[in-house]
Amino acid sequence: MTDAGRHPNITLLTMSEVKEITGFVGNFHVRILKRARYVKEKECTACGDCVEVCPVIIPDEFNMGLSSRRAIYSPFPQAVPGAFAVDITRCLGHNPIICGKCIEKCKKHCIDFDMNDEEMEFDVGTIIVATGMEAYDPTILDEYGYTRYENVLTSMELERLINAGGPTGGKVIRLTDSKVPKSVAFIQCVGSRSQRRGRPYCSNICCMNTVKSTIMLKEHYPDMEVKVFYIDIRAFGKGFEDLFRRSKGMGVRYIRGLPGDIKQDPRKQDLVLTVENTATNELESHHTEMVVLAVGLEPPSDMKAIQEMLALQTTSDGFYMEAHPKLQPVDSATRGIFFAGCAEGPKDIKDSVTQASAATARAMRLMNPGSLTVEAITAAVDPELCNSCGLCAKVCPYNAINVDTKAKTAAAVTGAACSGCGTCAAECPTMAITMNHFTDAQIEAQIDAVLEGNTAERIPVFACNWCSYAGADFAGVSRLHYPPNTRLIRTMCSGRVHEKFIWRAFAKGAPVVLVSGCHIGDCHYMHANQWTERRIKRIWKKMEKMGLRTERLSLEWISAAEGLRFQAVMEKMEKIRKSVTPKEIAETLRLVKGQKARSKGKASAAAKDG
Amino acid sequence: MEESKQDNAVRIGVYVCQCGSNIAGVVDCDAVAAYAGKLPDVTICRNQGYTCSEPGQNQIKNDIKEFGLNRVVVASCSPRLHEATFRQCVSEAGLNPYLMEMANIREQCSWVHSHDAKNATIKARDLVRSAVSRVRLLAAQTEMDVPVAPSTLVIGGGVAGIQAALDLADSGYKVILVEKQPSIGGIMARLDKTFPTMDCSI
Repeated sequence: MTDAGRHPNITLLTMSEVKEITGFVGNFHVRILKRARYVKEKECTACGDCVEVCPVIIPDEFNMGLSSRRAIYSPFPQAVPGAFAVDITRCLGHNPIICGKCIEKCKKHCIDFDMNDEEMEFDVGTIIVATGMEAYDPTILDEYGYTRYENVLTSMELERLINAGGPTGGKVIRLTDSKVPKSVAFIQCVGSRSQRRGRPYCSNICCMNTVKSTIMLKEHYPDMEVKVFYIDIRAFGKGFEDLFRRSKGMGVRYIRGLPGDIKQDPRKQDLVLTVENTATNELESHHTEMVVLAVGLEPPSDMKAIQEMLALQTTSDGFYMEAHPKLQPVDSATRGIFFAGCAEGPKDIKDSVTQASAATARAMRLMNPGSLTVEAITAAVDPELCNSCGLCAKVCPYNAINVDTKAKTAAAVTGAACSGCGTCAAECPTMAITMNHFTDAQIEAQIDAVLEGNTAERIPVFACNWCSYAGADFAGVSRLHYPPNTRLIRTMCSGRVHEKFIWRAFAKGAPVVLVSGCHIGDCHYMHANQWTERRIKRIWKKMEKMGLRTERLSLEWISAAEGLRFQAVMEKMEKIRKSVTPKEIAETLRLVKGQKARSKGKASAAAKDG
Repeated sequence: MEESKQDNAVRIGVYVCQCGSNIAGVVDCDAVAAYAGKLPDVTICRNQGYTCSEPGQNQIKNDIKEFGLNRVVVASCSPRLHEATFRQCVSEAGLNPYLMEMANIREQCSWVHSHDAKNATIKARDLVRSAVSRVRLLAAQTEMDVPVAPSTLVIGGGVAGIQAALDLADSGYKVILVEKQPSIGGIMARLDKTFPTMDCSI
């Protein structure tokens, strides 16, 4: 910690928040708000004279409210930077100065109530998101009585009590009578591994944290009776099983089963736990003087701001989503942004440090050469055709398009930020966007080419490069047979498939059309395929109105590993294809041409109105 | 560039790969090559044993020079396998790598329609036609080089943020470490001993 505070290459900004991030890999521009500390950071020696005279006494959040602090304070003795800070929301008043006792007391004149919040700007090449986690708040789990019984604590509260630097100097006491409890019971998985309340995932650290705490309790108080109620103990890491064994060897009892509820003895404030011991299948009652809830970890409640600024995705557990769970575990889907620590998911200190070093290596890999080559397959806007509606900016997963809808300036693509999914080009209502290397003309030429000849038997398939085209490759490698009348047209993303491509295929006499992409949530371009889904649903509605059978346009999600699914989908398409009669195709041609004429009519009418 | 200004005609070379018997065992490569040779703008069409082999690639490079090809279609395996190979190949002969297109007649034809050689050949022909019609419209693309600032923003001053900041700073990169609390340290600073070695956290 102190190394980070004094390193010449590190600018340490505490009490600070990132307000805005613009730009792209290699060239991010960052705006940071540094809140006023009201104490000169470089001059304060942390003598503590000011604290003695401050009249404001409030709960100390660093000690989980188990002690108090003043409005001018240092969060803990080893804090970096060591300078004190004024909690201006609690201070009696700095403008005008109401009390000012601390100013009078400070001999070095470090306290300055004229300090202002500062806005700072930096240019950086890469970003590491290490926003961490929060401990689960067990208030809602009423059966454990966390809010009703004072002797029910969370694991974080115990951590402060047992800490030599904590409010009791390391003495574990009950909050009701300040006595060292003769017995302590730990309850595992509080807020974790529950589909009903709390979080469905395993929080990773709670088992070992409890094992550690039991050993510390037994070392401090050998006669203390310590019990752990658990579902299963996950001691999977290096040295973990040894520690678990050590805990059992010290006499800690591990009982398989989570208590259904906790009752308090109103006289002595002792606690009674009712639990089904699943090892013996018996209902047991356990008497204890203190209960510790081993709370799980959650994504921090304030991560939304950073998530939106950087266009990051989260997995179903609420933590940030990595670019690939196995092969790019510290990269985000946005180039140049990496994850370290619990921001990506619950992990212990060792894993956090490992991941931080991995993220560093990935960041240095980008920065070391001094320059980098960016995607050539990018979108370009024709400012003449753009009407500044802003739809392209809305659908872009990478915030790569800037458009001022109020000032009516034309949209502009930041080439280095664009990843080339082509969703913008597919959504643009004025056809102002060209998707390089996958232009409308190029794709339409392929549509025409694959439908040439025996059109009524053809099945045109739009396949995204990353999943469904790869799924077809996997079907190939696996030698899976499927109908030979399928014709694939590759796009980078299903989001590229413009509505007009589908109508063009039907207008050419295609019996059926398939659009395929990555499963929702797995899209290589973050959420681009959700726009595909919306678009196809829109087209289905139109088809319904026109009297066309909607199943002739299919939308299927096929992953790179789903060769079998690709085969099944092709067989399904052939079945639908066979059900389409020449008469139905002729009727479709008539309807689609009619629709075209109508929309042209509308467009020219609109142009006249405009 | 000088030459292309004088002559804008599209000249496509099509290379049908047999992939040993992987493709030729099912697809009638001669028929596909003969068909491709008759497509508009196709200057030269060859039926090769292994297009990805060195002799195969050299043939493409020589043809680009000899016939002034400005587009290339390789009908072989999946672009997910060899697109980078053939892009590099054509660029070594002075052609923009984005003027090369592939038709996947192995994974999408011979390997999945081995029971139906006739239709596999028809499909291969169609895929080549599709690739030729696409390659005709392709434009040269340039990959942009952008500078990278040698500095990192680390958001969060817990144990992970501190470790990342130190690793980068020790390697000579500038780091901006942003923490919303008055001190760095995060949750770690609140812990006394840490598992599995029971040493102190700070």
